[in-house]
Amino acid sequence: MSNEKPGTDVSSASEGNLLPERFDDPGLPEHKARLTDTDPRAAKRAELQVVILFGISIVGTILAVVAYAVIRPGETVESIRTSTLVLGVGLAMAMGGIGLAAVHWAKTLMNDHEKVEYRHPQASNAAERAGALAALKDGAEDSGIGRRGLLKGAVVSALALAPLGFAVPLIGGVGGDWNVSKFRHTLWAKGTRLTHDPSGRLLKASDVTIGSAVHVIPDGLRDHEEWIEEKAKAVVLVVRLDPRDLVEAEGRTDWSYEGIVAYSKICTHVGCPVALYEQQTHHLLCPCHQSTFDMADGAKVVFGPAKRPLPQLPITVDDEGYLVAQSDFLEPIGPSYWERLK
Amino acid sequence: MKALTARRHHRFAPVVLLTLALALTGAVYAAFTPTQATAAAAPTETDIEMGQALFRANCATCHGTGAAGREGVAPSLVGVGAAAVDFQVSTGRMPMMANGVQAPAKPPVFTEEQVQQLAGYVASLGAGPAIPSADAVDAAKGDAGNGMALFRTNCAMCHGAVGQGGSLSGGKYAPNLLGVDGTTVYEAMITGPQSMPVFNDATVTPEEKRDIIAYLAAQEQGSPGGAALGSIGPVVEGLWAWVIGIGLLIVAAVWIGAKSS
Repeated sequence: MSNEKPGTDVSSASEGNLLPERFDDPGLPEHKARLTDTDPRAAKRAELQVVILFGISIVGTILAVVAYAVIRPGETVESIRTSTLVLGVGLAMAMGGIGLAAVHWAKTLMNDHEKVEYRHPQASNAAERAGALAALKDGAEDSGIGRRGLLKGAVVSALALAPLGFAVPLIGGVGGDWNVSKFRHTLWAKGTRLTHDPSGRLLKASDVTIGSAVHVIPDGLRDHEEWIEEKAKAVVLVVRLDPRDLVEAEGRTDWSYEGIVAYSKICTHVGCPVALYEQQTHHLLCPCHQSTFDMADGAKVVFGPAKRPLPQLPITVDDEGYLVAQSDFLEPIGPSYWERLK
Repeated sequence: MKALTARRHHRFAPVVLLTLALALTGAVYAAFTPTQATAAAAPTETDIEMGQALFRANCATCHGTGAAGREGVAPSLVGVGAAAVDFQVSTGRMPMMANGVQAPAKPPVFTEEQVQQLAGYVASLGAGPAIPSADAVDAAKGDAGNGMALFRTNCAMCHGAVGQGGSLSGGKYAPNLLGVDGTTVYEAMITGPQSMPVFNDATVTPEEKRDIIAYLAAQEQGSPGGAALGSIGPVVEGLWAWVIGIGLLIVAAVWIGAKSS
């Protein structure tokens, strides 16, 4: 038996004590009377407990109704909290009391006769199964689907095509807009002024002192018809670094202004707003998956799952000293898969 | 009985209750709020001399006797202003107890007067942000709604949506802002201590700073939904719901299914 299989033998120490070939059905365990069945005092006590639980429910209902009438949520946070709390405690007592009382009642006082229902085989008997198969076969023969090839093709085609009537409008409606190329462009354009988020106040180069971080949106954003969508693409973080700390790539040396650099705030990993700027290390941390970008070195990824640097917005100043964009971002913002559209 | 009940819940009852509650809240608040220090008078010559003596005894080891800083050890304090000194010293962040990635807040070492003397000395070395007046940090005068919009854009990513703080990289963290007084919050914005960027008066105007302080003051009233569970974020609160909530449901299911003895 199991002795031949390695690793399953657990009784080698007691050779003579082999397991029996087959266990006898032990039958149902003996019925044990509950304390409340034998001791009238216990039954009385259980009854009282059930009454108390129902009483708690009644008190809870009254509390909830009184709380609704008297403790109204007002102007202050405290009043809203008190109202919610008392109403909630009242309802919890009202519902919980009934539930607990019902279960306790059923378990201690209602009868506990044990009934046995035997399990029956789920499959039908052989004759019924044979009958069902014969009926199907007769039906198929009667329809002549085996002989009439054209009919077979027609019915298969019709059934296969029918779901399209629902599926095409449903799938076509997803997103509502398949013009993905618009993700390549933002509101930034040559000469667009940088403004404060959310006030829309214009931003002067002299306002951004070393160590500052300014959250920026393009000027005129709120006039745009779809300004929320546009804001989600155009948000920018502007920081000023000591120009000596700044490492600028070939061809990008004129993208900053006296140490002021502007980078897209949309993480190149999955598009969270990256904004945890540590001014001592110049690191910008994404709160979602801890991608870390070095603002002093072209927003290169120094840690985390992001695969490419944050897109840089080329900036300069206009005649009045306001910061302006030189152009739109020169690469797609956001998660890297948009880059494949190029 | 009905008439009695009706009279007991007279229509003025909510008003009376509310008045009593408001009066009690006000009294408790007044009793526990420290009186706002009056805007510091301009430091006198002796203050600056006292401050210099304190500086030499307590700060010069790292920052140098002239407060010009030491490369790789401590930054120069010339031009950081009185606000920076008041922020760092009155919250106990300075003097630092040990080197680390971040100077934590701890019980302050110096008295209010000594902090003012130190601040006066450092401010005399070079112009910098001054300690804000009581009016500039008065939460009652700020617009908490505008403060929320500003906080969400400029502060929430590090300090959390309601200012409960959060972690940064390499063991650094943004501290909890609840219970921090308005002057400290203002000074932190204007000086940009440690990892925090600077929010000068051009990027976040003094009125906007006061709005942010008003928003934070509004958060101290707590959460309208009951226990806030720390307000750290959905992960922590979700964990509570899963572990405690589902745990209780399992206990209830086991109790219902168990035989009564």
